[in-house]
Amino acid sequence: MKRKRRPMSFSRRQKLAGFLFTVPFLIGFIFLFAVPFYQAVVISFSELVLTPQTFELKPKGWENYGYALQVHPEFSKTFTEVLVKLATELPMIIGFSFFAATILNSDFRGRTFVRTLFFLPVILGAGVVLKMETQDYAQIMVTHLAEGAPFFGGAAVRSFFAAARFPAGMVDYVIDAIQALPTVIRASGVQILIFLAGLQSIPREVYEAASVEGATGWERFWLITFPMMSPLILVNVIYTVIDSFTAMNNELVVLIRETMLRGAGYGVSMAMAMIYFVAIGLILLAVFGLLSRRVFYHV
Amino acid sequence: MSLAAKEKWRKRIVALLRTVLLIGIAYVILQPLIYRFSTALMSMEDLYDQSVRWIPRKPTLRNFRLMWEHMEYVSAFGRSFFLAALTSVLQLFTCSMVGYGLARFKFPGSQIIFGLAIFTLMIPPQLIMTPSYLNFRFFDFLGLFRGQPLNLTGTYWPFILMSLTCTGFRCGLYIFIMRQFFRGMPKELEEAAYIDGAGPFTTFWRVMIPGAVPGLVTTFLFSFVWQWNDYLYVTTFMAGRNFLPQALEGAASRVAKAIDEADALASSSGFLDDHFYSLINNAGMLMVILPLLILYIILQRYFVESVERTGIVG
Repeated sequence: MKRKRRPMSFSRRQKLAGFLFTVPFLIGFIFLFAVPFYQAVVISFSELVLTPQTFELKPKGWENYGYALQVHPEFSKTFTEVLVKLATELPMIIGFSFFAATILNSDFRGRTFVRTLFFLPVILGAGVVLKMETQDYAQIMVTHLAEGAPFFGGAAVRSFFAAARFPAGMVDYVIDAIQALPTVIRASGVQILIFLAGLQSIPREVYEAASVEGATGWERFWLITFPMMSPLILVNVIYTVIDSFTAMNNELVVLIRETMLRGAGYGVSMAMAMIYFVAIGLILLAVFGLLSRRVFYHV
Repeated sequence: MSLAAKEKWRKRIVALLRTVLLIGIAYVILQPLIYRFSTALMSMEDLYDQSVRWIPRKPTLRNFRLMWEHMEYVSAFGRSFFLAALTSVLQLFTCSMVGYGLARFKFPGSQIIFGLAIFTLMIPPQLIMTPSYLNFRFFDFLGLFRGQPLNLTGTYWPFILMSLTCTGFRCGLYIFIMRQFFRGMPKELEEAAYIDGAGPFTTFWRVMIPGAVPGLVTTFLFSFVWQWNDYLYVTTFMAGRNFLPQALEGAASRVAKAIDEADALASSSGFLDDHFYSLINNAGMLMVILPLLILYIILQRYFVESVERTGIVG
């Protein structure tokens, strides 16, 4: 005898529907993400031999990792350089995009136009164009000329501040920062977008109440805007790190690709990618741990 | 001076500073584009002429003509356009669905699934590219399919499969954007739909999607642009086929070869040096970017609106 099934309750049906909505991603995550990820780990511990019909893996243990770190002439150097560059640019990108978002959030004529302009790098500076740019000799020439220009690169500035007893590290950082400004501005598009969206979501009443209570602009910024935006600072830090280390003009990404195609082979390039990934993962975890306790969540 | 007058002056100074600053930043942003335009229009004499900085004295369209021909621009454009349109439409569909599921339904594991979506963003695609390539090159439905494995590289299938399952390039970000967007939409609409007897899928399709147009446009724009510009996926899964990235990369040497064959004198006189490559490559880059620029100008109204209204981040 067939038992009649009770109709599902509304809440159970909703739960099932929610699950069904996400099923495509789950399938993709397992088969097209988790499986290749696992295979990448396996390849990094082996030697990959391609034949027209299939492929073979010969286990090699930690050899690939040893090769990448100790034998390969450029990996360790490029690795540190990329991390240092990221560490210098990260605070600048966050700072600049926060600042730009505050400007774009205020009312002025031509605001829409300026906003359109600010997000332009998101459209233009990606993928193949970025890759070709690093090979453009005329542009490189122009950049070198600009860097050699008397003011910014100038020893005069350095010695002036040294004479004024500013710490050398600080002077260097500021000069580097000014030189990196174009890069920073062009890398800030999405971050500005995220901050701007956040600024828009702060209710106007909060500011009005604060003004009535006699808060100055300075206080309003540090006691309202900044805490309300702090979760987004975290989001942006993570986005910036990810964006910079997957970019086509990242030296390490180029090196990994070169190694795969023309160098020591798939195994070593996978090992390099793994080292890189673990390092970035650790940095993100550290940043997350450091910042998330200070982040204020508005309920 | 009265208080009101003081306030007025303060406002003027702030406005002036802001304008100066914005012009400076706008210059930095536009400089590569202007540079590219001016270089692409230059003839060789202009490039070597020290007195020519921005405006070419002898402007020529020769660089564009050469690239048009040797990139096989029309066919490469067609292929790239088809690929970008295909993946972005599919991604738009699936990512908005997943985003909606994560935004409005609480079920066991929904937090974990959201975490996984963000996790996919944090893995550089370069890391899983080799195994993905192998899986598509020797595609056997992960062991379920007996017999000769299929070769899916060189077809659109890798892109279709990845888009349908939200594992394409930066799909995690699109899921995130759509989730935030749906969370910002009023619940009353859905409640009304449920009371009228619509199921969750009908509600999603008939009520939520039409209301989410600005969010969808943002996602579409990102997805189209990044697929269009993408170098990694297209050279891995479509090796040897002429999409815009491959066309752009290979064209310079083909142009040089053609000129070399036509005029042996040119190459011996140092005519074909790196700067010549720079001229034609800049023309080529412009030809890759220009369609995106047009698309962006058409869609930017929705794009900026979606930021204004609910924000990408709720």
